[in-house]
Amino acid sequence: MIELDRAGRSFKVRGKVVHAVRDLTFTVQPGEFVGYLGPNGAGKSTTIKMLCGILTPTTGTVRVAGLEPSRRRTTLARRIGVVFGQRTTLWWDLPLSDSFELIRHLYKVERATFRARLDELTETLDLGSFLRTPVRQLSLGQRMRGDLAAALLHAPDVLVLDEPTIGLDVVSKAGIRDFLLRLNAERGTTVLLTTHDLGDIERLCRRVMLIDHGRLAFDGTLDDLMATAPGQSSLEEVVTRLYTGANQ
Amino acid sequence: MVRTYLLLVWTWTRSAAAYPASFVMMTLFGFITAAIDVGVILVVFANTTSLAGFSREEVLFLYGAASVSFTVCDTFVSNLDRVSQHIKAGTLDTILIRPVSPWLQLATDRFNPTRIGRIVQAGLVLGYAIAALGIDPRRAWMIPVMVITGIVIFAALWTLAGAAQFLLTDAPEVVNSFTYGSQQLNQYPLSIYARDLVAGVTYVLPLAFINWQPGLYVLGRADPFGTPEFMRFLGPAVALVLALVAGFAWRQGVRHYRSTGS
Repeated sequence: MIELDRAGRSFKVRGKVVHAVRDLTFTVQPGEFVGYLGPNGAGKSTTIKMLCGILTPTTGTVRVAGLEPSRRRTTLARRIGVVFGQRTTLWWDLPLSDSFELIRHLYKVERATFRARLDELTETLDLGSFLRTPVRQLSLGQRMRGDLAAALLHAPDVLVLDEPTIGLDVVSKAGIRDFLLRLNAERGTTVLLTTHDLGDIERLCRRVMLIDHGRLAFDGTLDDLMATAPGQSSLEEVVTRLYTGANQ
Repeated sequence: MVRTYLLLVWTWTRSAAAYPASFVMMTLFGFITAAIDVGVILVVFANTTSLAGFSREEVLFLYGAASVSFTVCDTFVSNLDRVSQHIKAGTLDTILIRPVSPWLQLATDRFNPTRIGRIVQAGLVLGYAIAALGIDPRRAWMIPVMVITGIVIFAALWTLAGAAQFLLTDAPEVVNSFTYGSQQLNQYPLSIYARDLVAGVTYVLPLAFINWQPGLYVLGRADPFGTPEFMRFLGPAVALVLALVAGFAWRQGVRHYRSTGS
């Protein structure tokens, strides 16, 4: 579903070439739920932006749902759902339901299909009480649920989440995690999740990829990840070790 | 595409209506600004009967024609020049993940219906000038052609301004001088109208093919600068070429977008 072959992206910053991501090779199969970890500045967001076609890779190839994202961005947009935890894709001054209606048009979702999906999402994400509220008046947790629904109204095959639980309280986090688990299990939606919350990883991801300095530093199951540091007891300690390069 | 455009326009209209006080103020301000522009022309002609060889009605005709083109673009595509703000805020990312052209989304971004009042005002000036001048009916066909040409040229300029901001993220003012200041390229001696406020002067002082060349044909005038007669008809071709260049530049801009940190 997602294939990267020696993908890299460099930027020129004040005359110097900076490699945000280099030689990244991995494959994500349909139906997988993958956690994508890395310290700040490791290249997580750059990778995600290459997957959505926002950034063009400078080397190597990227394919998502069989398409080359940067060349087929608008076609791919109908098959991929993206949530940026730090910014909303909803219309700030309009009621949530108006954003949904507009998204229905932009993604050309049939009215009956849309109704059924929205009803389902309203129930599973518990949106009912604030569907008619302008987005600017929503709490962060409500807004994030709204953003998740907005990213799923066109029933994408792939869902890419960039820190979807950032700033949320424990109850809101739990709600979103349950929802994502069900989405992956029942619909078979492929999910790629970046987060700094290791609770998200422990609860959700069977597979973990860890990126550091723009390179893939680990790719395997959560158990494999724990096994890289036999002495450590918690995921936090294992990841800290990897981030600080203690095992190199 | 037209449907999507109208839908986005309608969405932003409702957003703007969420702030009714600002809505009313903007409408009033738009009208006053436009009225001052016409007022300036009338004041000048209260003191003289011709300006660089043109009568009051002729100047109003040139002003009105360019003004209709400009206000249409200012209303319907001018938000393209907010690209750099979207890049800095990171909101361009959310625009690029939608299955709709970013040009369409940015052109309609924060569409403000209060600007429509200025199109009406420009249309009234043009209508008055046409009626007062008693234009040769055999030449009148050029009037809609020049207005549409002007719209295409201004829209292309805004597209270029937006495209340039993908590279010049930190210099939106530079490209603003490119759209709002396009009048500077014209040779017409209109320094008397120069005012910092908005682009008022743009209506009287356009790029040569927006209203000057076709306008000379409509008015049945020879060019004081002596350009040949066939230049009067080049407008549509010039507009088409400029639009193609702008389209290409825009695509390159999107493709070379670098996004922001997070």
